[in-house]
Amino acid sequence: MVEQYTSNIPFLAVAVSLGIVPLILLSSRWPNIREGWTIAASVVKFGLVLSLLPDALANKAASIEILEISPGITLALKADPLGVFFALIASGLWVFTSFYSIGYVRGLDEHKQTRYFASFAVCLSATIGIAFSANLLTFLIFYEILTVATYPLVIHKETPVAISAGRKYLVYTLTAGVVLIAALGWTYQLKGSLDFVPGGLLDGVDVPQGTMTMLFLLFLCGVGVKAGIMPLHSWLPAAMAAPTPVSALLHAVAVVKSGVFGVMRVVGFVFGPGVMLKFGLNDILLAFAGGTILLASILALREDNLKRRLAYSTVGHLSYIVLGAALLSPGSFTGGLLHIATHATMKITLFFCAGAIYVNVHKENISELDGIGKAMPWTMAAFTIGALGLAGIPPVNGFSSKWLLAGGALEVGNTVALTILLVSGLLNAGYFFPIIYRAFFKPSAQFEKYREASPLMVMPILVTGLLSVLFGIWPNLFLRFYDLSSMIAMSVFGGFHR
Amino acid sequence: MAEYFLSYYTYWFIFALTVLGLYGMLVKKNLVKKLIGMTIFQTSVIIFFVASASKWNATIPVIDPAIGTDPSGYINPIPHTLMLTAIVVGVATIGLALALLMSIYHRYHTLDEPHLLQRMK
Amino acid sequence: MIEHNLPVLVPLILLFGALSTSLLGSWKRALAYPLALASVAAALVIAVLGLRQTISAGAIRYYLGGWAAPIGIEYVLDPLSAFMLTVVLAVAVLVFVHARTVVAAELQGRTVPFYAVALLLLTGFSGIVMAGDLFNLYVFLEISSLAGYALIAVGEKPSPVAAFRYLLVGTIGASFYLLGVGFIYIMTGSLNIADVAKILPALVREPPVLVGLIFIVVGLAIKMALFPLHGWLPDAYTYAPSSSSALIAPIGTKIGAYVLLRILFFTFEPAAVRDTLPVADIILGLSLGGILFGSIMAIAQKELKRMLAYSSVAQIGYIGLGIGLANPLGFVGAVLHVLNHAFMKGGLFLVAGNLRLQIGHSTISGFDDSLRKAMPWTMAAFALFSLSMIGIPPTAGFFSKWYLVLAGFENSNWIAIVVILASSLLNAVYFFRILEKVYLKSSKKGEGTDSNLPRKEVNTSMLAPTIVLAVGLLVLGVLNAVIVTEIIVLMIPSGL
Repeated sequence: MVEQYTSNIPFLAVAVSLGIVPLILLSSRWPNIREGWTIAASVVKFGLVLSLLPDALANKAASIEILEISPGITLALKADPLGVFFALIASGLWVFTSFYSIGYVRGLDEHKQTRYFASFAVCLSATIGIAFSANLLTFLIFYEILTVATYPLVIHKETPVAISAGRKYLVYTLTAGVVLIAALGWTYQLKGSLDFVPGGLLDGVDVPQGTMTMLFLLFLCGVGVKAGIMPLHSWLPAAMAAPTPVSALLHAVAVVKSGVFGVMRVVGFVFGPGVMLKFGLNDILLAFAGGTILLASILALREDNLKRRLAYSTVGHLSYIVLGAALLSPGSFTGGLLHIATHATMKITLFFCAGAIYVNVHKENISELDGIGKAMPWTMAAFTIGALGLAGIPPVNGFSSKWLLAGGALEVGNTVALTILLVSGLLNAGYFFPIIYRAFFKPSAQFEKYREASPLMVMPILVTGLLSVLFGIWPNLFLRFYDLSSMIAMSVFGGFHR
Repeated sequence: MAEYFLSYYTYWFIFALTVLGLYGMLVKKNLVKKLIGMTIFQTSVIIFFVASASKWNATIPVIDPAIGTDPSGYINPIPHTLMLTAIVVGVATIGLALALLMSIYHRYHTLDEPHLLQRMK
Repeated sequence: MIEHNLPVLVPLILLFGALSTSLLGSWKRALAYPLALASVAAALVIAVLGLRQTISAGAIRYYLGGWAAPIGIEYVLDPLSAFMLTVVLAVAVLVFVHARTVVAAELQGRTVPFYAVALLLLTGFSGIVMAGDLFNLYVFLEISSLAGYALIAVGEKPSPVAAFRYLLVGTIGASFYLLGVGFIYIMTGSLNIADVAKILPALVREPPVLVGLIFIVVGLAIKMALFPLHGWLPDAYTYAPSSSSALIAPIGTKIGAYVLLRILFFTFEPAAVRDTLPVADIILGLSLGGILFGSIMAIAQKELKRMLAYSSVAQIGYIGLGIGLANPLGFVGAVLHVLNHAFMKGGLFLVAGNLRLQIGHSTISGFDDSLRKAMPWTMAAFALFSLSMIGIPPTAGFFSKWYLVLAGFENSNWIAIVVILASSLLNAVYFFRILEKVYLKSSKKGEGTDSNLPRKEVNTSMLAPTIVLAVGLLVLGVLNAVIVTEIIVLMIPSGL
């Protein structure tokens, strides 16, 4: 059982990036000061989250009840291990993205940079809020704020394509939010509480099969849109119309991971493994996740636009995580959680690379990238690391999470899931390796006069690429992701026997 | 059955008046006629209250030593007084409606609904 | 002993304000506005005092002329009426502050009567809210309605026609209400609400009582513009002067809803309207129809004020839905939505007023990002109102929906839940359509200069109320649990 103590740190961690929004708006005329706020906030935020890590590892959760938001339900934050885990990833990568963003928007001379940085800060507040939510209503509030705050970033370019992507994004995510409200209302009606409980809030609630299945489908639809579970995924490739740092942090880490984080919360803390198994809900989830992994990988093969290919790859990898939850074994749950972290570092590297290429040579399509490796060797080297990792090749960290997932599948004897994982690895190789081949081995002189992008962009790329390898070799390095993941899995599966 | 109808004949009369008023308001095309319908409609409600207070073998509600203080000997004055107020409300409504009609006529030079709709476009 | 007199003070101040505004205003026109504003502000202060008093010490009853009820006439300030009174007057004060510039611009030379009649409107509203007997309620209903017709009729060219139609329909509604009261009076011999509530339970199965109830409900449904009796509303709101619609739209229909609550749950018993006659179910069904109809019609509108009017039809449906579900959570949702919607719709109509004053129209197709550049604060407020209308937490609009959804689950009424949630999405369609234009559609030079009016932000007296309402929505959202547990819970009638 997690021990709780009152602390303001979770609240501060959420509030810090919200607090700088007025400062960003006020200093819109002085870009250096404005970006200074962003950098400062990202560093402070990461520091605050990091300070919660030791306690989380000791099974102590800093928590704070801000106020009653509906009779009997408080707006409450709780830095339990799962929350700290997700918050660490999001806030840590925000630091890199902040530096990278500055290089990107200045390199392209983007318009409305103030709006861009302000929205970004709100998004991060919402993401950390989601991570630390102690109950479903708090989760929903931050989830909806994230939906709205991301919209200005999706339509940032204000081109017809971006505007229609924005519409698509809103239709999907607002619908999901509304469905989630229904799911919450129903849960409250059944249980009279909306708190996250390790092992399941609804554990022991006696309802008919149909009710439980419907409720689960509502939840799945609510969090599944952001998690990109097919057939609810199609906003994600469309949202690639956003600037690349947005795609990198929000559409590979914060927003979509909020979705899979929601799936983890729903599976582990709302329904719980016992209920999932008893009502056969895990099979529903397995079917969706497995189908998504395969389909998304196949669709990724067809995309020539680099960012869209990455988007489909994201859709597939998000479902790895969902699959980890659906298998209902401690090993696969750990693997799924770890994949949140590993996929984040790898995919953000890949998106950073795509952005650097775009800023430098203004190319978006894979077929136009012949010989880019000679002009931008560091960038493409990092790209290669990310691609290898996503295909599951050691020593990059994608291997470790996949290994745990596969082990979990074997643990429960699910050979179908195992096969899906292996086939998907091959497909990943199938859609990534041609890019590497074109970049390094296809002779072309078109990029001869180009060099690397600005150091503000290349440094984050190299660091995240390097981190991917380091985390692959030592999953517990610095942030002890592996320990955290297995702790969370133990808390969820502690009282669960098949 | 006939007896039932006859014993409540006042109320049937009021009902007919109500329907007549509503008919005028909803069906007539001329705005003044609509207003006349409204007046009939309001009046029917007033008569309904007054009729409800009628009583045989009773007199005005001023205590008469010959009858004493037995309430059954007097008519209930409250519906009448209520209706005095309702009449005042009705007069104010009609006054306002007429002012509106004048304003409409000044702007569109017609009070005939089909014409009015045409000119409003 | 001032606490004892609080109920009667509010209508008195407003009525006296109306008279002195017109008298002193015709002597010196400059006096009219400060007098009117001062009256409303004073009334608001008293309403707030009354609210505090009723929360701590229960209902305050004032007997006019010292004649005790049920013989005499009584004004009752209980938590529900004190709450309504405060909401009405708070919005009114903000609209009055905003009105100074707009009314001077839109109604040149007619400012004095405008403020006098607006005060009469508020007199009527405050009387309705506090009337302790059914007939007084009717009189105040008509005072407010007459003032409302007049306020609407001074707007654009077609406004007298809209007002005349409203007058005809409104009179039918009021007369139906009076007819219903007549039936109740014949059966109970009393008009005092508390007294009638004691007598009715024994008579609730008598046909005349049921006929009376039906007449009253139909009459009030017209007054609150419950679908399909909303026909008068879109034209009236669209053609009225900006300040009139900002005053009537957020408050007027809610007063009808308040009377419905009073009759259904405080005069009749909740059980009676649930079980004896399916009144609650009928209101529920009509409300659901209204939510869908209003939202879909709002999407089709080309003019901002008309869109807001149809959106009001939908929002009335939310309140009707809470009433129709007839359970405590539904009651909470309905009452909370009265407050939330008063803020949202009031604010949105203020925005429409700002637009009309600055750019001369509020036609949606004419919106582009020059608006945002010229009027950044108004548009930011508009964005916040929109989010609240859609129901994005933590704005207030989310929470009324939340309670209504919970109420729907309480009754296992799936249709209601689906309709509430679907309407959120429909709201998103018609509000994001505008937001997209204002924030993303770039203005082309040479176009959009259909008027020579200056394109800049409105002055402080117009901007401040708009911003206050917008920020208020966030505050109300965050503090909704306080409002519910401290105030609304006290109102829930027994037996619900």
